[in-house]
Amino acid sequence: MTQSAKRRPDTKMVPVPSTSIIPERDLGKLPVLECQHLGIDFGGLKAVDDFNITIGRTEIAGLIGPNGAGKTTVFNLLTKVYEPTRGTVMLNGIDMHGMDTVAANKQGIARTFQNIRLFSNMTVEDNVRIGLHNQIRYGMFSGILRAPSFWKKEKEQHERSLELLSIFGMQDLADVQAGSLPYGAQRRLEIVRALATNPSLLLLDEPAAGMNPHETEELMNNIIRIRDLFQIAVLLIEHDMNLVMGICEGICVLNYGRIIAKGTAAEIQQNPVVIEAYLGKQKKEAQEA
Amino acid sequence: MISFLSHLVNGLSLGSVYAIIALGYSMVYGIAKMLNFAHGDVIMVGAYISFCATQYWGLPPLVSVLCSMVVCTVLGIIIERLAYKPLRQAGSLAVLITAIGVSYLLQNLALLIWGANPKVFSSVISLAGFTLFDGQLKITGEVVVTVVTCVAVMLLLTWFTGKTRTGRAIRAVSEDKGAAQLMGINVNFSISLTFAIGSFLAAIAGVLLCSSYNTLMPTTGSMPGIKAFTAAVFGGIGSIPGAMLGGILLGLIEIFGRAYISTELADAIVFAVLIIILLVKPSGLLGKNVQEKV
Amino acid sequence: MSKKWKKYGSYALPFALVIISFIVCEILISGGKMSRSLKGQLIPICAYIVMALSLNLVVGFSGELSLGHAGFMSVGAFAGAIVSGWLLNGAGMENATLRLIIALAAGGIFAGIAGVLIGIPVLRLRGDYLAIVTLAFGEIIRNVLNCCYFSVNEGKLLIGFNNANLPGTILVNGPQGAVKVAKIATFEVGFALVLFTLLVIMNLVRSRSGRAIMAIRDNRIAAEASGLNVTKYKMMAFVTSAVLAGMAGALYGLSFSTFAAAKFKFDTSINILVFVVLGGIGNIPGSIIAAAVLTILPEQLRAFSDYRMLAYAVVLILMMLITNNAKLKGFVMTLRENRKKKKLPDAAAEAGQTKGGEQA
Repeated sequence: MTQSAKRRPDTKMVPVPSTSIIPERDLGKLPVLECQHLGIDFGGLKAVDDFNITIGRTEIAGLIGPNGAGKTTVFNLLTKVYEPTRGTVMLNGIDMHGMDTVAANKQGIARTFQNIRLFSNMTVEDNVRIGLHNQIRYGMFSGILRAPSFWKKEKEQHERSLELLSIFGMQDLADVQAGSLPYGAQRRLEIVRALATNPSLLLLDEPAAGMNPHETEELMNNIIRIRDLFQIAVLLIEHDMNLVMGICEGICVLNYGRIIAKGTAAEIQQNPVVIEAYLGKQKKEAQEA
Repeated sequence: MISFLSHLVNGLSLGSVYAIIALGYSMVYGIAKMLNFAHGDVIMVGAYISFCATQYWGLPPLVSVLCSMVVCTVLGIIIERLAYKPLRQAGSLAVLITAIGVSYLLQNLALLIWGANPKVFSSVISLAGFTLFDGQLKITGEVVVTVVTCVAVMLLLTWFTGKTRTGRAIRAVSEDKGAAQLMGINVNFSISLTFAIGSFLAAIAGVLLCSSYNTLMPTTGSMPGIKAFTAAVFGGIGSIPGAMLGGILLGLIEIFGRAYISTELADAIVFAVLIIILLVKPSGLLGKNVQEKV
Repeated sequence: MSKKWKKYGSYALPFALVIISFIVCEILISGGKMSRSLKGQLIPICAYIVMALSLNLVVGFSGELSLGHAGFMSVGAFAGAIVSGWLLNGAGMENATLRLIIALAAGGIFAGIAGVLIGIPVLRLRGDYLAIVTLAFGEIIRNVLNCCYFSVNEGKLLIGFNNANLPGTILVNGPQGAVKVAKIATFEVGFALVLFTLLVIMNLVRSRSGRAIMAIRDNRIAAEASGLNVTKYKMMAFVTSAVLAGMAGALYGLSFSTFAAAKFKFDTSINILVFVVLGGIGNIPGSIIAAAVLTILPEQLRAFSDYRMLAYAVVLILMMLITNNAKLKGFVMTLRENRKKKKLPDAAAEAGQTKGGEQA
């Protein structure tokens, strides 16, 4: 516990043109995500406004802010659940304007959900296989006629699913119904399913919600391991400050739909605006750490 | 021109009957979130009760209408208590099938009691009609009573759900049962009351429908029931003015379609218009669009 | 063992069920032990089994409530009757089995086309709205078929809409429906169609596409986020189901010398839905058994004709209440357990059976 509270990523962050920072190691590589002046209105309400962010190729970034600040709305904008009212989203240098959720996923964005959304009547393995849907493919008629490609690709899917499940040591649960898994395992399965779609940017919406400190610690290690293994970027929303400050290299603070601060964990913790808006109550705790 | 006006009057009259049924259907759907397929058969029961009261028991027409209102209201409450209440936690498909079962049950009971032969239903409305344009356009008493009843029912329901405590409770339960319960609203009572109101309206609709068309069979209610639900969806389910608007439009489309396009295709036209409306505005004409939260 | 059973046993079970039933029927027929009325029902039973299985694909696996399934059946029946009539009267094809197979294919194709046309608008809607629109389409199909006239004249197929004055041999006569249909449907082909349907559905469900269909049912938003094209897979289930229903319709139609579109009205759609629900949503052997039993029962209970539909309604309501109400379910369970204590072997076997039936 104490150890995790002191934990900090020691990444050197450098500024990039669009008023953002990315890890030095990702400099010179095409950023995974670049948002410029992104915004959406619901009726007259500017739910998100002037959202600018750049995420490096292998960065673990955090998106924090008080409840109702618009964090999940940002995720929904990135995954094209909503079409933005203003601004652009560039994913791997491709403008995402006009894409739908499916296209966004195919372009390389995968996500988990705040309230877990598994295919709960299906097995754990089948959940992962859905993630592999666009990776290992064969047609409807090959399936009905049990053509050779069916057997070959099914075997491939099976092996790949077990491989992915083994990241979290879940390969023995492959035949269990997803809905009957314990809470923590369901969250982990959602991450595996998202990884199966072969993303370049993984969005995690409160991955540590409902986890105990021990599980959270394990999750932190796993997120770093996933990043190193797949060489992908991770953007996460989280209320657990130990997790955010412990693994996020760049942090972006949102309040009332606008970015109020950006920086490294150390910078964010000392930013008076952030402390006032968000960490106010936790000021003492933050100073202790 | 005169024939156009006469179709218009007929359309308004049929549409008003649909609207009355649709009002009940819409309220029940709003609160119980179920397609109450038995609703149409309650209409049929209402008409039979009124028929029996006048033909066999020799009661005056108005009393017969009262009888049918009372019987239908009680029937509605009984159906809800016995068949739907135990399934409040169950999936929507189970409730739907149960409603279909109740519909079959009512139809077959009617078949056993009253037989399959159509009965001649003599109008309960003694109001004489009037003529316009030198007697070229005849407006019957049935038409007048139907349209007036429909408007009155809509106004009353709007007042009831908007201004009274009980009405607001019903709306609260429609919105969120759990929250309503926490606010101290008697959810079961609200639902029963809604079924009672819906069935009460069904009785009125049954009597009016049969007064205009004069035939009565065990299956009399099923098609108007389906069309009234269509009307409710058409206008935006859960909305009282929507149900009214949907019902009247549906009646007009049906009568005009029958008159100017094809008798065989009248129903097809009604349903085709429904489909087009739903595609353009998936929540119906006056319905609110609710998006699933991610 | 149980894992293997889950994988292969549940796959083989429906096939075994159908094949064994077929063999039993054939033995009974050749031994002259089957009553006339039951024999006459064999083809409709096959057709209804296919209907129930195909509707189960939409309701059980795709999770969409369709109330217009009989519409596809009628498209298939009319297409089958027209094609078979044209082949006989126009093209002079004498081989009845070949004609039947072509008619089945035609029924499937035309119902499939109807499925695509209906699916494009309908599948954008959800829940009860989808139900009411499928119902509407079922009624539209029936109304339109009532206005259609077909005849064969000098080898050519003539079509009239709201126009009864067609020369030559009349095949479809508006509200009277298909007339002078050659009754070429056989139980053997019906059985083959059931097997074919089973093969298509079981293999589809246990493949990449089938998993996508079920994933969309379980959680549409997560499925989209995982890159699944929701419309594509909903259409796939809907159209496959329509094709199979069309084939069933062709089989059904060709077992009557005349039939009208009124045969496939809303009540028929509801009946098929009842088979699916009573058999267990998503349960394939359940659909087969429910369709067969519920087709046979009402006919065999003709003696109690006045009360049979009443009893059917009561049974339907009670079944729904018992299987879906926690209290009643618990009550029935305790009854069963009490009996089990008294009469162990019998009751245990029975409980095992029902349990198997409840699993999807």
